[in-house]
Amino acid sequence: MEIFVQQLINGLTLGSIYGLIAIGYTMVFGIIGMVNFAHGDVFMLSAFISLIFFLILTTWLGISSVALALLIVLVIAMALTSLWGWAIERIAYRPLRGSFRLAPLISAIGVSIFLSNFVQVSQGARNKPTPPMVQDVIVLFQGASGYNVALSYKQIIIMIVTAVLLTIFWYLVQKTSLGRAQRACEQDRKMAALLGINVDRTISLTFVIGAALASVAGTMYLLYYGVVSFNDGFVPGVKAFTAAVLGGIGSLPGAVLGGLIIGLIETFWSAYFSIEYKDVAAFSILAIVLIFMPSGILGRPEVEKV
Amino acid sequence: MNAPSITTAAQTQAVTRSFDLNAALKDAFKTTLITLGLSIPILAYRTDQAGADLFLTPRWGLVAIVCAIVFGLRLVLHAFTASRAYGKATPSARQATEAVHATPSAFQHVSRFALPMFLGVALFFPLIIYLIQGGLTESRYWVDLGILILTYVMLGWGLNIVVGLAGLLDLGYVAFYAVGAYTYALLSTTFGLSFWICLPLAGILAAFWGMILGFPVLRLRGDYLAIVTLAFGEIIRLVLINWVDVTGGGAGISSIPRATFFGIPFTAGEGGFAQTFGLEFNSMHRMIFFYYLILALALITNFVTMRLRKLPVGRAWEALREDEIACRSLGINTTNTKLTAFAIGAMFGGFAGSFFAVRQGFVSPESFNFLESAIILAIVVLGGMGSQIGVAIAAIVLVGGPEILRNLTFLQSVFGAGFDPNEYRLLLFGIGMVAMMVWRPRGLISEREPSVILKERKAISGSLVKEGHG
Repeated sequence: MEIFVQQLINGLTLGSIYGLIAIGYTMVFGIIGMVNFAHGDVFMLSAFISLIFFLILTTWLGISSVALALLIVLVIAMALTSLWGWAIERIAYRPLRGSFRLAPLISAIGVSIFLSNFVQVSQGARNKPTPPMVQDVIVLFQGASGYNVALSYKQIIIMIVTAVLLTIFWYLVQKTSLGRAQRACEQDRKMAALLGINVDRTISLTFVIGAALASVAGTMYLLYYGVVSFNDGFVPGVKAFTAAVLGGIGSLPGAVLGGLIIGLIETFWSAYFSIEYKDVAAFSILAIVLIFMPSGILGRPEVEKV
Repeated sequence: MNAPSITTAAQTQAVTRSFDLNAALKDAFKTTLITLGLSIPILAYRTDQAGADLFLTPRWGLVAIVCAIVFGLRLVLHAFTASRAYGKATPSARQATEAVHATPSAFQHVSRFALPMFLGVALFFPLIIYLIQGGLTESRYWVDLGILILTYVMLGWGLNIVVGLAGLLDLGYVAFYAVGAYTYALLSTTFGLSFWICLPLAGILAAFWGMILGFPVLRLRGDYLAIVTLAFGEIIRLVLINWVDVTGGGAGISSIPRATFFGIPFTAGEGGFAQTFGLEFNSMHRMIFFYYLILALALITNFVTMRLRKLPVGRAWEALREDEIACRSLGINTTNTKLTAFAIGAMFGGFAGSFFAVRQGFVSPESFNFLESAIILAIVVLGGMGSQIGVAIAAIVLVGGPEILRNLTFLQSVFGAGFDPNEYRLLLFGIGMVAMMVWRPRGLISEREPSVILKERKAISGSLVKEGHG
């Protein structure tokens, strides 16, 4: 029972991170129908950006308050990662609109290889451990066997930040004109263009929003695990994509829901079955969902038009 | 998802004779600013580790160099597009009279004598290298490189059946390569079977796996298909890592028996290859044998593919690639068509895999990661999806190119002694994939030879729409 509660907490934390990344996948797929294969690497890159700025703030500028440092890091990382997201869309995806169907995916694989190697070359291939930032835990209750069920501050931070950002983002998509334009482009790009929506700009903004949320996930990942390396983008990226598909690709609440489910499955699988096969579990779920329920839990079934 | 973009077409530029330097400078400056923004934390500071702590090393000089390069490139690009726009505005007489009846293009002219030349160079490659290098031992590096390139040519041709002909984007092709390699490794180490028995077995097993993995993905298409095959490839790799009892886990399987020359081992002693043929023993004999082995395997792959293309199943593949729905309405069994493509593509992957195992004498899951799949896919894409000669050229460029990079030691005098150009292999590779999709999405050889011609050669949609909506 104690282990179950502990894994539930861990799973929800991990799931929040996956959910944040998954939104980037689901929005891009919704609006231009491509799997942004490089999104996992954008997430990894943002973790590096956060790492570097965290080091700058704490060692050079001498900011001792971790909360303040985290907040500044979060804002800077969001801004810079958004710039990356924008640049990637502009260079690698925009020229391909109207090209053959698989071109954007292949281009995205190229971007993904580029990004991970870029970080490897510029930062070195080793794991980068950070000094522990937030270490305190709250012991929720003690089990009969002396097993403490603990909720750490960093888990609280991750869940709160995720929830707050999702709310802001939800407001952005549902209530603002930007969000309306974005949803309009999702439904019918040609019609939206005829009605005076700047489609290119809207698509760029979609990438920017996706990258910003991925950078939040990157910062949280760094906070949670305290270590990042250049090839950390691939597997979390695939898992987040699984989350997006599981929740129903194109659906925003679905992405979050899918992220939480994937996070829970992963932690419970590691705790109760085998930790070695946790990635196999995630990849299998991806295959099974895509094959048997491609519209996911909350997604709309795709109607194929000839 | 395939809707033609309206907005990008709106970028019609007024063609002027003079090159607008002011605007170009402004734009180049903007691009440089963005580059600066992109490189701020990642390039400007390097995280180094000292003990348990990380510290930062500033590298603003590097950022300045990168920004300067980007600035220059952007200006050159502007000048280039301006001159091209001017060229387009004054059309040549040839453009207006382009006939529907296709005339042999420049590529077809070249290929008439280029193909035998390629084949000739491939056949006599060890001899040529021997003569140039002046000795067997000296030519080891080049023969080794030749073997590596041919392995990728073969893998590219194998994947070409799935991606290029049938149009099914397979991101997990390396799984079949792995199946082939582990088949040989396991059968030879546990049962002592020889390479020549294992080779067909590896092909059959890989084909079988191709069917198994192909079956569930029959309903999928496009991106989803790609992602599921990626997942399958990763699952197989993870199983190879974790199933330690059988596969040896991450350590892999070592001391795999080497191939023999049809029963005669390549050893120095009594009854060895050198002694039987009255030669002086040289370990290069085995290498040259491997070279011809992979050349033969690759040529078989090519031959079978070319033949299959003319069979109903091959034509069904190409029809499937062009339009699945039309294909189904015309009564083609898409299930069988897809499964045969997967199985036959996988079979050649399996052959190549067992060759890989016998050449290396060692297999480990690390050789079969996603990057390998991406490289093979890049070879097929760069080669022009469906063009056999294009795949071969792409394999030479993508696998041989990095070797040139390795030898660019003069760059060390520019960038300092610690500079290793080979580290940038994948960086250039990624950029190359993107650039290819942006500029030549149909590949280096965008020519698609029709497999069957009725009476006379006509221009097909593929050649009319150079960068069409395939």
